[in-house]
Formats: sequence, C-alpha cells, structure tokens
Amino acid sequence: MKRFLSVFIARNKEFIRDRAALGWSLIFPILVIFGFAFSLSDHSQSLFKVGLSDLSLLNNNFTQLKYIDFVPNSNLENMISMLKRHQLDMVIAPESKSLQKYWINSTSPKGYLLEKILKGVEQPTLRYQKQIVSGNEIRYVDWLISGLLGMNLMFSALFGVGYNIVRYRKNGVLKRLKATPLTAFEFLLAQIASRLILIICVSSMIYLGCHWYIHFQMLGSYFNLFIVLCLGAICMISLSLLVASRISSEELAGGLLNIISWPMMFLSGVWFSLEGAHPAVKKLALLFPLTHIIDASRAIMTEGAGLEKISGNLITLGCMTVLFLGTSSIIFKWK
Amino acid sequence: MIKYDSPIIEVKNLIKHYSKAKAVNGISFSIARGSCFGLLGPNGAGKTTTLEMIEGITQPSSGEILFCGAPTGPSFKEKSGIQFQATSLQDFLTVKEVLKLFSSFYQAPLNIQELAELCSLEEFWDRDTHELSGGQRQRVLLAIALINNPEVVFLDEPTTGLDPQARRAFWELIQSIKRKNKTIILTTHYMEEAYILCDEIVIMNQGTIIAQGGPKDLLQKHFNSVTLEIPKKDISKALRQPLPSWGNSHKR
Repeated sequence: MKRFLSVFIARNKEFIRDRAALGWSLIFPILVIFGFAFSLSDHSQSLFKVGLSDLSLLNNNFTQLKYIDFVPNSNLENMISMLKRHQLDMVIAPESKSLQKYWINSTSPKGYLLEKILKGVEQPTLRYQKQIVSGNEIRYVDWLISGLLGMNLMFSALFGVGYNIVRYRKNGVLKRLKATPLTAFEFLLAQIASRLILIICVSSMIYLGCHWYIHFQMLGSYFNLFIVLCLGAICMISLSLLVASRISSEELAGGLLNIISWPMMFLSGVWFSLEGAHPAVKKLALLFPLTHIIDASRAIMTEGAGLEKISGNLITLGCMTVLFLGTSSIIFKWK
Repeated sequence: MIKYDSPIIEVKNLIKHYSKAKAVNGISFSIARGSCFGLLGPNGAGKTTTLEMIEGITQPSSGEILFCGAPTGPSFKEKSGIQFQATSLQDFLTVKEVLKLFSSFYQAPLNIQELAELCSLEEFWDRDTHELSGGQRQRVLLAIALINNPEVVFLDEPTTGLDPQARRAFWELIQSIKRKNKTIILTTHYMEEAYILCDEIVIMNQGTIIAQGGPKDLLQKHFNSVTLEIPKKDISKALRQPLPSWGNSHKR
C-alpha cells in the first residue's frame, strides 16, 4: 500500500507540474464545447428525419420524396421516445394495408411541416391517422455534451497513460523501477488511480463550467453518471496499458493510439448519431468502449435512464476492462 | 591485494544469447564480500549484460548466479542497489521527492538526509531532476542505489560522460562507500578507473573473459615492459595531497 501510494502521489505531482499537459487537458474540451454550442446548435440538422417501423413503408409516394431521411427502426417505443426529444421529426407505423399511423411532436415546427407534406401526397388507397406526442427539444449541445465528456476521457486515458508508460520505458525509468521491490501490479494500479482521479476532476470541471454557461439538460442521476464515467475511464486506461504494455517507441505508440482513438471518435457517436448509419458500421461501433460510455451517459443525461436501462453498456465495459487489464498485466514488460 | 572472506556472489558458466548473437558466452567468477570488483572491456564486450543478469534485470540463457551461496531470488532486490548506465528519473519531481519515492519501496531504507550528506546532494536538494548536470545526476542515481543500505552495489559505467574533475570526485565517493564494507561491482571502459577503485578485475571481450586478477598483477603480467613506476617518496608533497571534497571542488 505504501509503495502504491508513493507512486500514485509522485505521478499526480508530475502531471500537475507539467503545465502544458494540464492546460491542454482543461482548455481543449472547453473550447470544443463552446465552439459547437455557438456554431451548430441552431442549424444542426438541415433535413427532416422520419422514423419508419417497417421497411415495407418505403414503397409509397411519401417515402419517395427527396431531402427527407427515412430511418428504419423496428422499435416503435424507442422511436416515439426520440420524437419526444426532437431527435426524429415524425414516426410512421403501419396499422393495416390501407391505414398507417403517424406521430408528430406538438412542439416541433418540423413535425408540422412534415404533416403538411404527408397530407399533400396522401393516396385514396392509403390513409394516415394522426397521433400526437409532446416533449421538449434536446438541443444539439445537450446531446453533444456526453460525447465530448467521453472524448475527453478517451484522449486523457489513452495518451496520458499509454504514451507516458512508453516514454518511461524508453528513457529507462521503468527499468530503474524494476530493480526495486515495486511490483508491476502496484505500478499499474497507481497509474490507473492517478489518471482516474485526474479524469474525474477534469470532467467535473468541464461539466460544471459548461453547465454554468450553456445550461444543458441533465435528466438523470449524477451518481449514475459518475459510475459510467469511472468505469469508462478505467476501461480506457486499461486499453491504454494494453497498447503500452510492450512497445518502447514513442512514435509507434503515438501511431497505435491514433489508430485506436480516431475511429472511436467518428464511429462512437461523439458528434453525430449513428441512427441512420449502415448496420455494419453500427455493429463495428459496438466493439469500441467509447460507444458504450457515450450511449450510457447520453441515456442518463437526456433520457434520465437508470442503471438497469444501461446495464448492457456497463457489463460490456466491465468485460472489456477485465480483458484489457488482464492481458496487459500478463504481457507487460519493464524494459 | 586485500584478502576477503567467502564470496558474496558466484557466477558459474553464465550464458546469454540474443537470437543468433552470443552476448555472454560461458563466464565464471566469484566476488569477495567487501571488495570492489570490476568488469572491464570495450563496447559490446558483454559487461552490462553480465551485470544485468547478476542484478536480476535480464534472464540468463543458462548458468548459475549465487548470492551468499544460494540462488538470487526476489529478496535480492532488498539487498542490492543498482546504478544503471543510462536511465532517467521521473520528470517534474525534485531530488528530495525522488529519494522519498524510492525509499518508500524498501522495508528498511536509510535516512534520506544522511544520504544527501554522503552523496553531497544538499545544494540541489529541491531542484527538478531534469535540471541537473551530468555529475549531479550520477550522484542522485548513486544515492538511489544506496537508499536501501544494500550489501552489494552495482555501478554500470558510473563515470561515463563526466568531466575529469567530476570523475575524480565520483571515485572518492565510491571509495567512501567501499569503506562502509559494501561490495561494489562496477563496469568501466577506463583502465585508470579500474586500477584506482577495484581490488579484482575481469577483462571481457566478445562475451568471454580474457584476463582476470588484481589490477597491479594484470599490469605486471601484460604491460610490464611499458609500465613506469615512480616511488611515492619521489613525488612532491603538493601532488600527493588528497583531492578536495566534492562540495569544495564544485565551488572552485
């Protein structure tokens, strides 16, 4: 315990005294959030988005129209929930061969316009029956904030831990530590704890600062969000340890960490929803821990989801953590 | 040559292969307790590999290493101190913080203030490790090697890269450690260094031992015709004065 605490304290001092790294960790995500809040919140979606509960609905006059995104999704309940949050502008589901139901949000101007368009292309053989839901709009920035928290967590964990360990290995610090009674487990645990505390502190500061300025929505429990961010951070740090477990070239480490982080940034739903993406892309995204961190934290923040609803994401993150950490502790080398 | 008790370390038929290359090829020697043992040789001779195998940092391909008659195990780390040839310290930590960090790894560490005095670290005690000069850095690394009050101290080319004044001051420091009855094992390129510090020398080339013995014996045996000895009484008193202590020499 004494050895673990010493390495933990030393690592914290190193990071806090490295002004450049500390400043970058704090300033970068705040700049991104403010930038997006001002530039994209008013015109984030230029197209109408309509959810279809059945693929057979694609063959009619309405679905042949241009400039409308038709998103197939068999989960009607989920689509109506998205409609309430203005993530969809309309939802259509078949009732019978000649009758289809459509839902619009009473507070959505886009829903009003889509209804007018739908009535304009109505055929005698196919009638539409109106259903109304209501719910406040989730601004793009409300939706984005969980993605940015996840992205910041990912970069801080991957580059803050992995890159640092490779540097330690290259300049002989790890070799020097190997010559002491300090075990690999104690060393790795101290790295995880140090970075975890840092990530939680930085994420909290970003969250509070942005909330004070932008007033984004938080419908769920702060405790649940804390659990997701902690588990997500441990999972990302473990992935970072796995990457850094053997290599001693900073260039190779940088390349590998970029190969891992950039696909996650674009395919894990940081910036845009994968709702209408190709099924293969959606499946690929499920392999990334960032997808589960963002999905879970977004569900908590924008839907008020409890731990039960996000249990799938939590279990996946837990399994990934065990896999990454177990493998890295087996193949870790000091020299 | 000084005679010592039973060997503290015995190396028997030690071999280390790296793919096709044989870094160390079946060497054997023993090191007496309280002595200073030198591994001398050119780059690539296998000195550092031999040292790291004894330290437990590198696994030998075959052979035996005994500490006090038994194979070296994990507890050897508590009884040995190591100064590596090329190693860095954690950035953004002061000398004092680094010593405190390393002292926390051991069960019975020395008082770090005493170490600071022994290795003359006081003048840069609160300085960041990345702001140290080469000589200062070596003294900090030596202090770390001594922090657990080890029985055996490994020094891998401790004076490489130091200027002549810093090198001589470092030799004094090593001699003061030797006076505390520590066993010192050092590698070096410099015959002069080995001659001044070591009681016994092994000269290595291409992974094998090509000569072994006391420094004087080796010089007499191999360089008798080119060695000139001047009796001490013929050297002027001023030249025979001991070097000033580290702290003073640094100020000059």
